[in-house]
Amino acid sequence: MKEGRSRGFYVLSAFFAAYVLFLYGPMLAIYILSFQGPQGGLTFPMNGASLFWFSKLTQGTGIVDLGTAFRRSLALGFVVMALTVVLSVAAGMAFRRKFKAQSILFYSAIASLIVPSIITSLGISLEFRIVDDLIKAHWNDNFETSMGLFTSGLGAHLTWTLPFGLLIMFAIFNRFDPRLEEAARDLGATPWQTFRHVVLPIILPSVIGIGLFGFTLSWDELARSSQAIGPVNTLPLELQGLTTTVTKPDIYALGTVISAVSFAVITLALGTIHLINKRQAAKGSDAGKGLV
Amino acid sequence: MPGPVPGIDSARGFQHPATPADRARALLRPRFWPSFISWLQAGPMMLVFLAFFLVPLVFVVIVSFWDYNEYQLLPAFSGRGYTDTFEGCVAKLPELCTIGRTYVKTVELCFLVWAITLFIGFWVAYFLAFHIKSKTWQMGLSLLCTIPFWTSNVIRMIAWIPLLGRNGLVNSALVDVGLIKQPVEWLLYSEFSVVLALVHLFTFFMVVPIFNSMIRIDKALIEAAYDAGASAFQTLVNVVIPLAKPGIVIGSIFVITIVMGDFVTIGVMGGQQIAAAGKIIETRLNALQFPAAAANAVILLAITFLIISMMSRIVDIRKEL
Repeated sequence: MKEGRSRGFYVLSAFFAAYVLFLYGPMLAIYILSFQGPQGGLTFPMNGASLFWFSKLTQGTGIVDLGTAFRRSLALGFVVMALTVVLSVAAGMAFRRKFKAQSILFYSAIASLIVPSIITSLGISLEFRIVDDLIKAHWNDNFETSMGLFTSGLGAHLTWTLPFGLLIMFAIFNRFDPRLEEAARDLGATPWQTFRHVVLPIILPSVIGIGLFGFTLSWDELARSSQAIGPVNTLPLELQGLTTTVTKPDIYALGTVISAVSFAVITLALGTIHLINKRQAAKGSDAGKGLV
Repeated sequence: MPGPVPGIDSARGFQHPATPADRARALLRPRFWPSFISWLQAGPMMLVFLAFFLVPLVFVVIVSFWDYNEYQLLPAFSGRGYTDTFEGCVAKLPELCTIGRTYVKTVELCFLVWAITLFIGFWVAYFLAFHIKSKTWQMGLSLLCTIPFWTSNVIRMIAWIPLLGRNGLVNSALVDVGLIKQPVEWLLYSEFSVVLALVHLFTFFMVVPIFNSMIRIDKALIEAAYDAGASAFQTLVNVVIPLAKPGIVIGSIFVITIVMGDFVTIGVMGGQQIAAAGKIIETRLNALQFPAAAANAVILLAITFLIISMMSRIVDIRKEL
């Protein structure tokens, strides 16, 4: 191979840079435009600079209660995150041994990832509607609905986040050295102790990654929530509703606030992962290194 | 030193079972426990998929054969969901009816987005896998491509408004340069903006699997091809692309299925004016015609399944993950 940088490198570098600009450029545009003055419009050039549209946001846009939707989405996001982490780690551990129904679970996860969201959403809403009808017919005439944020909504979000969690677990255990566990077992550790003191500390950075996926995918989820969320709306649903009616920069301000939460969570997660990796590198054992 | 925990690890330990009952239990344990624990570990996730994915899919199929009136579901067998969907289609042959045209349109859109995301995704992955030598840089740049995926899709759609709108940056730049006399309208709320937004949102799904395949390619193979006199192009076609094929297929499955079922991007970026397979379902749902919506979902599911089964003939997904 030719030494040094080839012409291909520079061409592809430019291509990559253009792609990154394409990814981030438009987002930056709305973040900037959300800081306009009261006379601001939807396009450049900026019309003054202020926090006007953010303060307008806290007063509500009249039609929708954004504060409640915000808290609702946040709560749902954290519950989805916790469940995604616990269920994915557990299932990931199960996949390290052969068990019956292994391929059923695997293909369910893959199918859940690629079956169009609207179909899953429709299915959940039909399921809950039919259950509601049964309850109304047989037990309670005044029953409203079993659909809700933490029933059908939570389920809909999990069908989207769990496949990602499971795939990340596969990636982790592809490069996990099982001899570490055998060593722990030989030293008399119980399976739980092996998991708690050997496996978990090693996979912790990736587990935080699963949490990151769990929260952000739920926080921004729209297609699956659309039919399955029940009587109340999440923040992305409110935002989508606003796209057709709002002609002022308050929609950009809302976008900036939602993104700020995403970026805070991303930074927190990546920072924690980085710290753990650094700690592992500094305090980790050098066992085995002398042999090579 | 932790004491032995009853039940689990004493079977593996060095204590010999004393009583016949103990011995019997010890014989049972190795067979019983591992699978029981696996069930305990995998069970919760399986239950979630059962309750919120598999059973709902069954309901979609069942309800698609139910009857309906203006305001409610009628649990009686009927093909109305399907006949309403294809109303007037046979009479119109050989011309395509509205629903037929919508599906053709969706497939066209899908193909266009697939081709563009594949091109961009392939070269981005290629750059990251082969041109970036340092692991740290590779991580950093991959992360740079991933972060937008963790932010809201709707925001990434409305982010195009200041650029593509009538008085947006692109239009004013084109007018200033003198390429056009007055702002063009087709930049936003058009098929153009739909394709642009879909590419913007979902190229990520192409980059990740292709990168994953490429990173596993033994660099010695590429050097061997070079040593054997292959040109850069020949190496690409005969070595890199065949070895990256699993990633290409998996990425393609993701992109195609997402675009086939999309209704949010097409709705927002098409100004709610462009018809597509996913939009039909949404429209039926808004009219509370659940069996018709379910019938369309079944049709969409069948088409999606067809595409996936065709593509998974090329590659064994299970092996690649």
